[in-house]
Amino acid sequence: MPPTSPSRRHLLASMIAASGGLALSPLLAAAPPAPLLTRPIPSNGEQLPVIGLGSWITFNVGRDPQGRRESVDVMRQFFAGGGRLVDSSPMYGSAQDVIGEAVQALKPARLFSADKVWVSGGARGVAQVEASRKLWRVPRFDLLQVHNLLSSEEHLPILLAMKREGRLRYVGITTSEGRRHAEIEKIMASQPIDFVQISYNALDRDVEQRILPLARERKIGVIVNRPFRQGDLTQALAGKPLPGWAADIGCTTWAQALLKFIVSHPAVTCAIPATSSVAHVRENLLAGTGRMPDETLRKRIAQDVERLA
Amino acid sequence: MSEWWTYSLSDFLMFSSRSYYRLIESYNAAIWPAHLLALVAGVIVIGAIARPHQHLQRSAALMLAATWGWVAWAYHLEHYAEINTAAPYFAAAFAAQALLLCWLAYRPANAANAAPAPQHLALGLSGLAILAYPLLALARDGGQWRQAEVFGIVPDPTVVATLGMLLAWRAPVIFWLVPVLWCLVSGATLMELKIGHAWLLPALALTAVLAAMMVSKKPRDLNSTINPRS
Repeated sequence: MPPTSPSRRHLLASMIAASGGLALSPLLAAAPPAPLLTRPIPSNGEQLPVIGLGSWITFNVGRDPQGRRESVDVMRQFFAGGGRLVDSSPMYGSAQDVIGEAVQALKPARLFSADKVWVSGGARGVAQVEASRKLWRVPRFDLLQVHNLLSSEEHLPILLAMKREGRLRYVGITTSEGRRHAEIEKIMASQPIDFVQISYNALDRDVEQRILPLARERKIGVIVNRPFRQGDLTQALAGKPLPGWAADIGCTTWAQALLKFIVSHPAVTCAIPATSSVAHVRENLLAGTGRMPDETLRKRIAQDVERLA
Repeated sequence: MSEWWTYSLSDFLMFSSRSYYRLIESYNAAIWPAHLLALVAGVIVIGAIARPHQHLQRSAALMLAATWGWVAWAYHLEHYAEINTAAPYFAAAFAAQALLLCWLAYRPANAANAAPAPQHLALGLSGLAILAYPLLALARDGGQWRQAEVFGIVPDPTVVATLGMLLAWRAPVIFWLVPVLWCLVSGATLMELKIGHAWLLPALALTAVLAAMMVSKKPRDLNSTINPRS
């Protein structure tokens, strides 16, 4: 039997998706037409796909069986499409447990587990990390980040010690919605962290001034949260025709264009859009494939989004 | 804890409207037919406002206390806490209000006075909460009757009905604190969830508070029928 050609595979995937038969062949349905692009983690060169998966709001479904099934489907699609980095936090309600359930069911071979510590006090942080690890059902985390810098002066030394002891692979800090950038910069400049997580999108571009250049200078990976402003951006652009440049970079939706804008920044390691929709996962993963906008086009994307959103 | 000032309400909203209403749906299914008992309690509350009598009012206050206690445990602790890490604090506040309402039931002379209360408004608030509030589920986009918010079962209509009774009884300020705070918290949550009727709860609380303030400035009428001891 001859190997399935990409075009035929894509056609089959479309047919399966159209028939609602995702469960029949998630691998086939998820297959993007081109490989998911990767970026090196600056501190050691490990390659990471440019599209990750966030879990804020979307995976906090409590005990709802339907919500949990949908979350597992989202993660199945994500891994099948080549995704690796899944991000969560103790702040996200039941999201960690929902992820753990999916990890147990799917046993992803290349999961990159990124979680956070979000509690006052170093000792409580250690207990929280262990509780989170159990919820995730993983032997250890790949990345632990200090959530919104809460008690960062206490958590960072502990996380860095865990890394030295081999109990953790990477250490990072997070913020969102442009908060506390001065402190973020201070830590980036003074601490041996591997990642910084910030909010960045075609409208919120403050980080281009100092944080993204500093990340490149200090060889710190950048994870981008809230790429769609919690859905407000895609909603504002819904129904607006895509400009001509979209086709040039292989975008068929605004969501893809917004993601390509983010991950094409040279300092960005990956973006972590969150979704509860299998179709959106597929759409997001496609944004991590094919041609990326150059600097000139990035400026134009930002201008167009500013004008239309 | 200087970090806390950096958070906004949207940072604490950890769930979608879909998860929120699915939680109410599964909770409703899990405790049915407790809703029928809640309806009986609601009718007693309306009756106590419409026909003030000490025994009826005492029963109504105890019924309300029971619903606040139930909501604290069954809703906040057993269900809402699944998706909202603040739910245990809400449960504590609701339990405290339940105790206050018990106190109101046995110390009516401290809670009520002889001045005329806006009885029609009080009846309107409680009637709206008990009879009309469940219908909001059908008015909402994608809403279903299984997601109906029923007095005595979930917080919002329970709180609105309580506001009606507090207004009718001209209850002291301490009884208003938790209900009014809840209206603000829940209204803000619904606003963040982009629910169309997010304004309703704060608006009802504001109406009740303004009415109570206006009434408190009127001279007292010792022959008022609202006096539970009359």
